[in-house]
Amino acid sequence: MNNKKALRIVKKTPEYLLKTLVILVFIFPFYWMLSTAFKTYAEAIATPPTLWPADLIIENFAKAWNSGPFLTYTKNSVIVTLSVIVIQYIIMVPAAYGFARFNFRGKNLLFAIVLIAFMMPGQIVFIPVYLMLAKWDLLKTLLPQILPFAANAFGIFLLRQYFMQVPEEIIEAAKLDNAKEHQIMFKIMMPMAKSAMMTVALFSFISRWNDYFWPLVMTNDESLRPLTVGIAMLKDAEGIVNWHVIMAGNTILVIPIILIYIFASRQIVKAFVYSGIK
Amino acid sequence: MARIEIKNVTKCFEKNTIISNLNLTIEDGKFTVLVGPSGCGKTTILRMIAGIGPQTSGQVLIDGEDVSDIEAGKRGVAMVFQNYAIYPTMSVRENIEFGLKNNKVPKAERERRINEVSEAVGLSDYLDRKPSTLSGGQRQRVALARAMVKQPKVFLMDEPLSNLDAKLRVQMRVELIEIHKRLGTTFVYVTHDQVEAMSMADKIVLLNNGIIQQEASPADIYRDPNNMFTAQFIGTPPMNILDLGCDGVRFGFRPEKVSLSLKPVEGSYKFEADIVTREMLGSETIYSLRMSDGKTVMAKSSKDDFFMGNHVYASVERENIYLFAEDEQRIRAENEGYEKYLNMLGASDK
Repeated sequence: MNNKKALRIVKKTPEYLLKTLVILVFIFPFYWMLSTAFKTYAEAIATPPTLWPADLIIENFAKAWNSGPFLTYTKNSVIVTLSVIVIQYIIMVPAAYGFARFNFRGKNLLFAIVLIAFMMPGQIVFIPVYLMLAKWDLLKTLLPQILPFAANAFGIFLLRQYFMQVPEEIIEAAKLDNAKEHQIMFKIMMPMAKSAMMTVALFSFISRWNDYFWPLVMTNDESLRPLTVGIAMLKDAEGIVNWHVIMAGNTILVIPIILIYIFASRQIVKAFVYSGIK
Repeated sequence: MARIEIKNVTKCFEKNTIISNLNLTIEDGKFTVLVGPSGCGKTTILRMIAGIGPQTSGQVLIDGEDVSDIEAGKRGVAMVFQNYAIYPTMSVRENIEFGLKNNKVPKAERERRINEVSEAVGLSDYLDRKPSTLSGGQRQRVALARAMVKQPKVFLMDEPLSNLDAKLRVQMRVELIEIHKRLGTTFVYVTHDQVEAMSMADKIVLLNNGIIQQEASPADIYRDPNNMFTAQFIGTPPMNILDLGCDGVRFGFRPEKVSLSLKPVEGSYKFEADIVTREMLGSETIYSLRMSDGKTVMAKSSKDDFFMGNHVYASVERENIYLFAEDEQRIRAENEGYEKYLNMLGASDK
């Protein structure tokens, strides 16, 4: 008995070691951010670094919050992120539905264009987009942070896959139930793709909320900047790098994401293991 | 209540013609079963009537009205699908209600009908459940209730029982017959299972390769098949067919019409054979017999006292012999050559 038990433990050890390692790799940066956020400046730059702050300095958060128009930054982040998600839905759902359900001339070509857009990094297009938006005189608004993300290629791709999985009979049953095309889309297909929709929304949320590069390039006015850019500005505030304050700001930045993940994690897992009713 | 007419209908899928110039009338209020092997076009016909797989050419008439250009939802038909096609995100009640809402039936009327129908199919206690929590049989009932609640002129059913286990299938068969009797509506039922067809139909339409082989009541189609295909499709085990050895004519007899004996017997058509296999099914036993020339025929008997290796004497009465011409069509008593061929069969006796 005991031998068997011992053998099992030995067999399992590498597995557990590996898992622990992976967890550490992912958790440690977060931990480092969090612990630094509570340190004094001296401790934050001390060598060797301390794992646990000597005194818990809560003032760092207040300092971060008060060192710029953080309320404006937060407001901008919220407006940009939410508008992007809403507009993406409005464009993504009918597009994915069209690609999944109908055959039309040029369908494959159009879908290929969507996929190419999906693979195109923002760094390639930001200059032409910036110039275009400047021409349209939109740089004094939040729109440069919203409009380029109005169509979500990944979302169209994922939702299309989902819509294609819906059995043909269910759609035919709905037609026999005298449902119009938009009713089939909104009342049958969309609820069936709920987990995918939530996943897409979450990915959009994270990528918009955390985006630094795009708003940095597109804004030159405090009043238009989101949290990410605002927090990065803390660095330049006093000539020296206030890591402890930056980390406090970063902590404020990630809290909404963690909260949302906690609420939505079940749906996200479900999105990747979808199974319909036979 | 509705009579369905299919006139000169052709259906092609890309370059393949599945049905060519088909004419069929489905009578009002009857339980009509379209039966045939897979790929024979039976589901295609059903989908044409439903309006979810329109014909390439020709007309479909319901109650004399050409519905070819009318949307599926406005034809007054309801369909039950093989895999039920229940909306998985809606509760049972919402599933049943969806069609009524789309047809703008007022709320009070909707409530009344839902209660009535769910009572009728035994779903009253499950109305607020999600389909994923229901068993296969219950899901089938949801699909049925969803069709019934619309009070359609025509019920279309596409192999609705094939996903159920054997016992439940028999039970649902009886329930469907009862529902048909109670509603008196036209039922069009598609199946590949001839037992299902025989047990439920007022009228069977047997199809093969998109061509109607025979339309008749179950009794007629069994007793008086038009051709070799029908003779072999209906009945288990299928009819034995052997060569007569003249003009390409073949003769056949049903396994259940073979009498077996261990001693020589009298009869119109006699042969001797060895028993090769024996399947005891309870009330009857199926034997496979090898004749002296090596051919195998089946026999079904209520006697189970023959065993593998037994040498038996078999006989078939004259009236139970069917003759088929070279083109596989039946040679009936009134046809030329009937007597001649039958006598040849007697003459070839040992």
